[in-house]
Amino acid sequence: MRGLDLGAIDWSEMGTATLDTLQMMGYATLFTFVIGLPLGVLLFTFSRSQSLVLGWVYRLISLIVNILRSVPFIILIVALIPVTRAIMGVSTGVEGTIPPLVIGAAPFFARLVETALREVDRGVIEASQAMGASSFQIIRKVLLPESLPGLIAGMTITVVTLVSYTAMSGMVGGGGLGDLAIRYGYYRYETGVMIVSVIFMVILVQVLQMLGDRLVIFFTRR
Amino acid sequence: MIELKGITKIYGTKKTATTALSGLNLSVHKGEIFGVIGHSGAGKSTLIRCINLLERPTEGEVWVGGVELTKLGKRELQQRRRKIGMIFQHFNLLSSATVYDNIAFPLTLIGTPKAAIAQKVNELLALVGLEEHRHKFPAQLSGGQKQRVGIARALASDPDVLLCDEATSALDPQTTDSILKLLLDINKRFQLTILLITHEMHVIQSICDRVAVIHEGGIVEQGPVTEVFLKPKHLVTREFIHREAAGEEGLKLAASVPHPEWSRLVKITFLGAKTYESVLSQVVRETGVNFAILQGTISTIKDTPYGQLTVSFEGEDDRVERTLSLLRERDLDVEVIE
Repeated sequence: MRGLDLGAIDWSEMGTATLDTLQMMGYATLFTFVIGLPLGVLLFTFSRSQSLVLGWVYRLISLIVNILRSVPFIILIVALIPVTRAIMGVSTGVEGTIPPLVIGAAPFFARLVETALREVDRGVIEASQAMGASSFQIIRKVLLPESLPGLIAGMTITVVTLVSYTAMSGMVGGGGLGDLAIRYGYYRYETGVMIVSVIFMVILVQVLQMLGDRLVIFFTRR
Repeated sequence: MIELKGITKIYGTKKTATTALSGLNLSVHKGEIFGVIGHSGAGKSTLIRCINLLERPTEGEVWVGGVELTKLGKRELQQRRRKIGMIFQHFNLLSSATVYDNIAFPLTLIGTPKAAIAQKVNELLALVGLEEHRHKFPAQLSGGQKQRVGIARALASDPDVLLCDEATSALDPQTTDSILKLLLDINKRFQLTILLITHEMHVIQSICDRVAVIHEGGIVEQGPVTEVFLKPKHLVTREFIHREAAGEEGLKLAASVPHPEWSRLVKITFLGAKTYESVLSQVVRETGVNFAILQGTISTIKDTPYGQLTVSFEGEDDRVERTLSLLRERDLDVEVIE
């Protein structure tokens, strides 16, 4: 068992890997939010709809969301290679991992959004209807502000999940800290690189979780 | 102002159908405070929610301010709803918005300019006495304060009608009275028509002009509060009133007290200024009969004083008869019990 030899670590590669992870996480988070939030709102709205048609639309979207959530992410990445290539032009590197990350995480986030919206007091929605608010106004001025702490908590969980997903994307040449840990640490027995990469990821997750928790507390008015 | 014609509301599918309202008619005049009283499950919640179509009646017409709401499209209904304020038992305020923003909410829905909103909200804050709490969130307020925010919010869009859905049922008696006082004040100041539902006779007695008693999805009795309160006809109405006045029990007790055979048990009802006059003693002095008060209440219904006494008269038959007719001549309501 060798000691942890920090001198043997290629710090510039470590730096690049960290930046790659942050980039993947950042873009994936952005698109997950942009796609997942409206999807979650739709799920919530359709699930409560009296209309038969929308009821079926809800079941359909719900089914797709469940399928995407149940396929193991590592398989999703491989299965999505043609799609990724069609969207980004490449299927490897930072760009190549973003589509599978988003497609994997957006349905997950959408479910969390739906759950957060369900927590909104039914009476408040009713009061807004009584005041003549339109459906869109209810979503924008009642549902979203009222469920903000829940939405932030959901986003935090999603971002943390994305960090672990970025690690898996290393398997298909995605780059980043997870990739580094596997290539050097696991395949080449460079334990030092593996440990440092993992420590970086642990720190990243800790910071993200703390930030999320702080925001939830800040926006909780109950 | 509010007109319900043949309202029927059936919940559930054909198999599980439960009828909440059956062919109900109701008419509320402009500027009055109209109370609907009923036990839980009688249909009063459904009734009030049918007025702004939070619940769509299965059958029947809803008219508010001369417009048939049941005929309107989605957009027009949204517009009309802005003129129908509503307050709730559990207040239903936005927990994520301050007192100020809650009151401003209906105005932001219609895109009112900021300056106009500020002016209106400040007026309303003063009206409900919450100026110092404008920056607080609902969780920091007491129940009574929350309901005041609810009232201010309901008034922000200058409604013609205010619907009160058990507005005081979650409040303690003292707070209830202060909220009722505020409602009465608003009614007088703005000539605002108020329809309230409640299960407390006290609420009806304090502020309502007219009352309807709802039972099993239909109105069983209605009229001016003084009339319904003092001469209840339906069993359910009596229950509500006697829970408040403890009358029936007292009367039973009075009747069971041994009294001379020749005496006559009579219920006398005073209404208005006469309540405080010495009518009874003047009359008995003239006819020379004796009386004992077995049970009695003197109180007010809204602003009208009333008194109700159960009295046993002792004396010769013709003298007692003359006493009763003299009392009737003085416009008292006299009911011979035995």
